[in-house]
Parts: sequence; structure tokens; C-alpha cells
Amino acid sequence: MERFINHTGVGAPLRRSNVDTDQIIPAVYLKRVTRTGFEDGLFSAWRKDESFVLNQDAFRDASVLVAGPDFGTGSSREHAVWALMDYGFRVVISSRFADIFRGNSGKAGLLTAQVEQGDVELLWKYLENEPGAQISVDLESRTITAGELVVPFEVDDYIRWRLMEGLDDISLTLRHEGDIERFEAQRPAWKPTTSVR
Amino acid sequence: MGKTLAEKVWQQHVVRSAEGEPDLLFIDLHLLHEVTSPQAFDGLRLAGRRVRRTDLTLATEDHNVPTTPGPISDPVSRTQVETLRKNCEEFGVRLFPMGDAQQGIVHIIGPQLGLTQPGATIVCGDSHTSTHGAFGALAFGIGTSEVEHVLATQALPLKPFRTMAINVDGALPEGVSAKDIILAVIAEIGTGGGQGYVLEYRGEAIEGLSMEARMTICNMSIEAGARAGMIAPDETTFAYLEGRECAPAGEEWDAAVEEWKKLRTDDDAQFDAEVTIDAASLSPYVTWGTNPGQGLPLSANVPDPESFGDDSAKAAASSALEYMGLTPGQPLKEISVDTVFLGSCTNGRIEDLRAAAEVIKGRKVADSVTMLVVPGSARVRLDAEAEGLDKVFTEAGAEWRLAGCSMCLGMNPDQLQPGERSASTSNRNFEGRQGKGGRTHLVSPQVAAATAVAGTLAEPGDL
Repeated sequence: MERFINHTGVGAPLRRSNVDTDQIIPAVYLKRVTRTGFEDGLFSAWRKDESFVLNQDAFRDASVLVAGPDFGTGSSREHAVWALMDYGFRVVISSRFADIFRGNSGKAGLLTAQVEQGDVELLWKYLENEPGAQISVDLESRTITAGELVVPFEVDDYIRWRLMEGLDDISLTLRHEGDIERFEAQRPAWKPTTSVR
Repeated sequence: MGKTLAEKVWQQHVVRSAEGEPDLLFIDLHLLHEVTSPQAFDGLRLAGRRVRRTDLTLATEDHNVPTTPGPISDPVSRTQVETLRKNCEEFGVRLFPMGDAQQGIVHIIGPQLGLTQPGATIVCGDSHTSTHGAFGALAFGIGTSEVEHVLATQALPLKPFRTMAINVDGALPEGVSAKDIILAVIAEIGTGGGQGYVLEYRGEAIEGLSMEARMTICNMSIEAGARAGMIAPDETTFAYLEGRECAPAGEEWDAAVEEWKKLRTDDDAQFDAEVTIDAASLSPYVTWGTNPGQGLPLSANVPDPESFGDDSAKAAASSALEYMGLTPGQPLKEISVDTVFLGSCTNGRIEDLRAAAEVIKGRKVADSVTMLVVPGSARVRLDAEAEGLDKVFTEAGAEWRLAGCSMCLGMNPDQLQPGERSASTSNRNFEGRQGKGGRTHLVSPQVAAATAVAGTLAEPGDL
């Protein structure tokens, strides 16, 4: 995974709450067996509407998404994170994220920056008054800078550390393989098994 | 201080705990399906890793499978299913493919095999893994990166979840189902209300439910944003499990039950949050909007967006009504539907089919309505046919299909057309979920059956 220290890019205001993963990428795009190329599915229903924010010239190349509360609810599909990243997003800012989406983002390298809803409103206003303006997101200091506006954001400490180090989760766990083996050795015999008994 | 059920199960699975780091949790059972696993197997191949515990891993084909006889016609869907088969063969994972008597929706087959057991940690690359919590298991959905992680290590680094008690006090009134309870809970706490929490459903109304009804409730915990839902195991749980193919037997059964009986929240345990619902206040529920929290009693009217508290909720309600094509003040029971879908991991079990069949028996599906009945697994289908339920449905004019996820998410050919409206026993009424432009009302099997007959949203008493 690439290291994430800070990012500056065009911010896009998505004035919606409850942006569920079926809106981020509909199920029809989940049939692929590859890990890349999901950008065409991102917000596919909404992108048919000319007035949708990402269809406006100023926001077309956005890499920081500012959305309403409960972003990423619904399905566990990591394709939602891949679609956002394949499109070019590096950061999603919201006042509340769904748990699985937040976890998936941390694994794939997309930063979910949680801010107060009041700050989301301020960022929306700023981006609507200055279409195409850039937003800077600094993971080191946990701050978002948009023009004169500086707002703090929350991110899980462990996810932050992993993102800043660009560490692969599986290798981290495999450092503790001995612990896993010890645990396995003391599991009761009646625990479920999928082998044919 | 005592511990909650969720905390007990968590503690029994901690492989490693260190200050400032997530706990490393051992996973007892990993379920796979074709949609969220291909990239995980690719990751293993790239890193030269194997599946650590094939004996704790099981795969099935469910999301893409057609519910009419014959092969998969969509080449992309077919490739995905074939990829799962190749991966399972290469890595030695047991698979129930289409046509196998054990095939079915991943969350239906775990319990019916007796693999889903109290106190187990269960994961799957699917958010409705919360279903298995009905047995007192700690079961939750994961993303594809985590699928790869569990395949490689049989463990997951996780921060402890918070706990929330959902008390459903008193006896459930006649005609109110598990689906109505959970829709009412989500309407109460909202789609984000459970975020970060494991919900433990408790109280007289929950204790009185069958295992299948408990699964319906735990299944939709994710729609309240929760990581998992759980119900403490009891005699109902043990009676359901005893004798099933993968359940322990003989002395092992006795040892297991002895452990399972300890899986109860201690009297002096503290939940991080608590919600209480009076069962007597519940009635059949239906969603009117585009998220599962936008639900009301079936006897109510379509709400006015202006009646919602904050601007964000007003805007959400207003755009939901526009998408759904509904007018504030319109009685919900006057909404006519084109399609009724009975099935899914929420309501695709034998008791769901029985409940709907009881309503529809001797009646006819309205001319304006197409009704699809999709059993959750091949075994549910066979059991239903042995009871003659298939005949009840087909004689009423409904379509009797093969097992799979089907119209819950429309990855197979079962989809709504733009503007079409459904009453669906599934779990999500998101925009376009059941087909581009489709409009979904979530309901119980009983309401689905009554609606199919009436042609408008209805409960059995209305017929």
C-alpha cells in the first residue's frame, strides 16, 4: 500500500446523507473478478444526471469528496472503495461513516476523515462559492485546510499509523503466527468444522 | 463487573492483545461467495500464500445464480462463478455449487448445516453475516481485503465493538412478525444508530421467537449501521442445532451445550447504550423511503418531509419521496405494487414460506402483480415442496423459483424495471437496489403475500 501523509486536490461537495454503497457502485458492476477499473461504476445512476456534481467541469477532477452523514452504509462491498479510488479520490470527508466502509477504506488506502457536520456545511459552502477550489488534508496533523478554513478531523489511530507507514495488514498479523498456533492448539474439539466428518 | 454476551465471545477469541493495537481475533468460521472473494484469492496467489484453515472455510454460489433452470446466461456472471470454482479447487476449499443439494444463500446454509454455533466468531464478505448472531455467535461482514486476511491467517485485527441492548419488552401482538420488530427498531434508532455497536436483542418478545425469526432480526442489524446483532442462546437454539450435519454429537454435544449455556449477559453487566421498545406497540411495518430506517406502520400515511426535525432529514425524506413517486398524506395501503418478492437471507427460510403460503392459500395473486417466490436454499426448496407449499404458490399464480439471492439485489436476471414498484421481504430499499429505477417497499412475508393478493400494500386482515 502507498504511504499517505497528506493530499491536496479539488474538493467536490456531495450534498447527500445516507450515501449507501449501492449508490457508490451498483451491484451490476460487482461481477468483475479484477481489482481495478471500477471508476465507470462510481455513482453510476447519479452521473447520468447532467447537474450531478461530478459532471460539472469544475469538479470533474476532484480527489476529495465532502459528503453528508452516514456515508458508505449498506453492503460490505470493497468495490465501493475501489470505485472511489479508481476515479481518483484519495479522501472522503463526512460527519459519520458506516463501519465496514471505514474499515475497507483503511485497508485499501482511502482516507476517511470524520469532521463535525457543521464543518461539512462550511466546506460545502466554500466549495460551492469557489468551484474547483483545492482542499488540503494533512494526516500528520489531522487537519483539513480549505482557503481560510482550517478544521480538525478524526481518524482511528491505528488506521492512521498504517496509512502513514503504508503497511500491509496481513504481514503484520503473520508476525504473530506463533500466537495463532498456540490459540489453535487449545480450541475445543467440538468447535465447528467444514470438513466432512 | 459482569460481561455482556458480545464481550464474552470476544474474550474467548483473543489471540493477542497489546497496548495501542487492535486485538487479534481468531475466526471460527469463514464463509465465502463468488462476489467478494476473487480479488482475495488473487492476493493470496500474488503473495504466494495458502488458505490457512480450509477446514474452517466454506463457499457457496448465491449472488449471481439464475433462479430459473439452466446455465448462467450472462458471461460476466458466469466468469465470476467459474472463478470461485477454480479458486476453491486450487486452494482446497469446500464448495456448494449450483445444482448441489446444499447450495443456497450463504447465510441460510450455515445455520441449516449446523455450522453456525453459539459463541463462534463468523465472518463473510457480506454485510448480512450478522444473521448468524441469532445463535449467540459474533458474526459480522467484512470487505475483500479482510477476506484475504482471514484466508491467510484465520484471524483479524479488530478494535472491540461497543455494546447496545435492544430490549423488546412484553409479548408480541398477534399478526406481528420478526420483520416488523426489526423494521421498527431501525426506524427508531436510524440507519446510523448502531454504528460501532453490537446489538443484543433481549426481552420476552425476542425469547419467544423461533430460530428462523431470530435470524430475520439479526440479519438486518447492519441496516441500523451495527457491526453485528446477537441473541443469547437458549433451549430454542439447542433444539434447532441438535442432530444437524455439522453440529457436535454425543459427548461433544454435551460439552458444547455446557459451554453455550454460559453465553448470557451477566446481570451486573453494563451496555454502552440501551433502547427499549414495547412489543405491544408494534404492528405490521413497511418502508416508504429509500433507506431501511424510513419505515412506518402499514396503517399510517406517507409522511410530510416538513415533519422531520433537521434539514438533512427533510432533504433526505423529500428526495426519497421523489424517487419513490409518493405524495405526502397518501395512505400507505393505497400504494399499488407491480411485483412481490418473497425470499432473501432475511426472509427466505421455510417458516417464511409457510407464513406467506398460509395467507395466499386458496387466493389468487392480483392480475396486476407478478409474485416471485425464491427459497433461500436448495434444501428449503425441497422441504417446501415436500410440504406442498410450491403448489400453494403456483396455484395462486406466483412463480416458484430456484434458490439464490435473486431480486434482493438483482445481480442475476431477477430485476425490477425502471419505475416498477415492489413489496419485498428483502433487507434494502436503496435506490436502484432491485433494478435501475426500481422502487422497493420492505415488508414481512405475511404482508408480502397479502399485498400480492390485494395488489396494494396490505396485511392479511385486510383480505
